[in-house]
Amino acid sequence: MTDEAPVLELRNVDKSFGPIDVLQEISLKVRSGEVLCLLGDNGAGKSTLIKTLAGVHPPTRGEILMDGKPVQFSGPKDAGDRGIATVHQFGGTFPLMSIGRSFFVGVEPTKGWGPFKVFDRKLANEIAVKAVQSFGITRIDDGDRLVGGLSGGERQSLAIARAVHFGARVLILDEPTAALGVKQASHVLRIVLEAKRRGLAVIFITHQVMHAMAVGDHFAVLIRGALAASFRKGEKTREEITDLMAGGEAMAGLEATLETYMQSHEGHPPPSA
Amino acid sequence: MDMMSAFFRRPAAASILSLIGVLAFYVIIGGVNLANLALAASWVNFAANLGIVALPVGLLMIAGEIDISIGAMMPAGSMATAIISGYYGLPIAVGMAGALVLGILVGLVNGLLAVRTSVPSLIITLGTLVGMQGVVLSASVLLTGNASVALTAPEWAKFLFGHLIGGSHQVVVIWWLVLTVLFGFVLHKTRYGNWIFAMGGDKTSARNAGIPTRGMTILLFILSATCASFVGMCQAIQFNSAQVSGGMDYIFNTIVSVVVGGVLLTGGLGTVPGVFFGTVTFAIVNQGIYFTHINRNWANLIIGVVLLIAVAMNESFRKLALHHQPGKTAKASPS
Ligand SMILES: Nc1ncnc2c1ncn2[C@@H]1O[C@H](COP(=O)(O)OP(=O)(O)OP(=O)(O)O)[C@@H](O)[C@H]1O
Ligand SMILES: [Mg+2]
Repeated sequence: MTDEAPVLELRNVDKSFGPIDVLQEISLKVRSGEVLCLLGDNGAGKSTLIKTLAGVHPPTRGEILMDGKPVQFSGPKDAGDRGIATVHQFGGTFPLMSIGRSFFVGVEPTKGWGPFKVFDRKLANEIAVKAVQSFGITRIDDGDRLVGGLSGGERQSLAIARAVHFGARVLILDEPTAALGVKQASHVLRIVLEAKRRGLAVIFITHQVMHAMAVGDHFAVLIRGALAASFRKGEKTREEITDLMAGGEAMAGLEATLETYMQSHEGHPPPSA
Repeated sequence: MDMMSAFFRRPAAASILSLIGVLAFYVIIGGVNLANLALAASWVNFAANLGIVALPVGLLMIAGEIDISIGAMMPAGSMATAIISGYYGLPIAVGMAGALVLGILVGLVNGLLAVRTSVPSLIITLGTLVGMQGVVLSASVLLTGNASVALTAPEWAKFLFGHLIGGSHQVVVIWWLVLTVLFGFVLHKTRYGNWIFAMGGDKTSARNAGIPTRGMTILLFILSATCASFVGMCQAIQFNSAQVSGGMDYIFNTIVSVVVGGVLLTGGLGTVPGVFFGTVTFAIVNQGIYFTHINRNWANLIIGVVLLIAVAMNESFRKLALHHQPGKTAKASPS
């Protein structure tokens, strides 16, 4: 199985915006049925990395490969057509549209003939509701409900179900659990596992190590645009990962400040806040 | 109870309630006899001319854009018809084609600028509004030496675009009703309607989903400019003359009608029935005041109040719709 070419691979990808180098020498692989967790502090370059994967930014240097063959995305639509789907933090981007209508934006089912072709609302609602329910979200049973009225977790689930329904092979989730409570987050994590079970390659971006450890097979830690560590499930403990994410440097920096402070204050630790 | 709450969740609800409120106010405070007001030509004609422009402006607003150049396109349409067919005496069909082509061209310019630049469409169409006013004035003075041009249209053109049905109602009322049905069908029943909602919700996501957002935007701008020049053309044929001035009221009037009709100023939400009732409400406030004891000067105050109340209602009904969970209310009442 592992001999199979990864669905999506980055080889030595750099990304600069003018003089600003945001990503350096990134090499990554995601295989079908695997969850790759991308960890990193604010500003580490996670969003830039997934935008590069999703065809929003072309890489400045380096290669993107799909199924072992080099590809160049002409834009997000092109990447989407090749099976790369991105789900953003707040899920559905059309809060004022109904579930059925938003599910089929751009690919509306119609019935009738010629100029009288009408949007098949009933069919759209049915398919959309069935698709979310197949991910275990049975509380959604009316396709006429507005997306904006769903809970954050339900919206994420709807967006994921939509991507899977339309044949996504790579699912990119940008902090899907960031704004969610414990229960809602666990819903989303369960859906991530379901997508994985269905053979999708999942790239999961998060700040929360616990969430990463719950679903990840592979982990990559980004620090200031470079891949600081890459390891498999079980190779590192939670504390080690947290430490890595905070950036060994940041911790070292903190210790250094503490030390200078102690010296200049005759060995007293700073008063705790 | 269920029916009531279903009604309030409809985007047209606020405009219907506004209409009922205005009627009640006119009847109770203004002493209006409803039978006289009901289909009175004054407001129906006013609504029809306004409504034909409000429909495409409503669609544009749902798609997240706005067009105020319509204020110049009304006189442009009527002057084009009158100059070509009245002053130069060419067949009326040529004058009409001229008016409509002018609408298409200005709409095309608006649309191209809107998709090619990041300038907000309010500013773009402000530019074409002022620009077209200059063009219309200069053209009419240069070509005819006059700011008002007479026109005599043949029988068939009069019949289709400018006669009074039963001696009182302009034939554009029929055009308005037909266009309302057509726009309603497109927006609510076809996939193109879905595209318009998606564009107003999030243009980037809509484009990534494969919707030709640029083409649609240009098309909508062409529609609004052409509908405005169409109304101008009909007025020239109706009144046998065209003036350079006029039309500016339409900017304000269409926006109020569309917003009272429940269209979200920021896009993504709205209905054609809502725009229809918003237009009717506006027309009744504006023209129905002559049926009351109330001084005409109060009409604008009433419009202001209606606008604010309607927007507040739209806001709260929208919240209701967003947080409505059908499963729950359905179980509560066994109907
Ligand atoms: N278009 C751009 N032009 C210039 N610099 C950019 C651009 N986009 C991102 N950056 C810079 O790249 C760095 C990484 O940003 P990015 O949004 O990828 O971080 P992130 O890891 O997603 O952070 P967060 O956790 O806050 O979402 C930041 O310093 C940011 O300022
Ligand atoms: Mg980010």
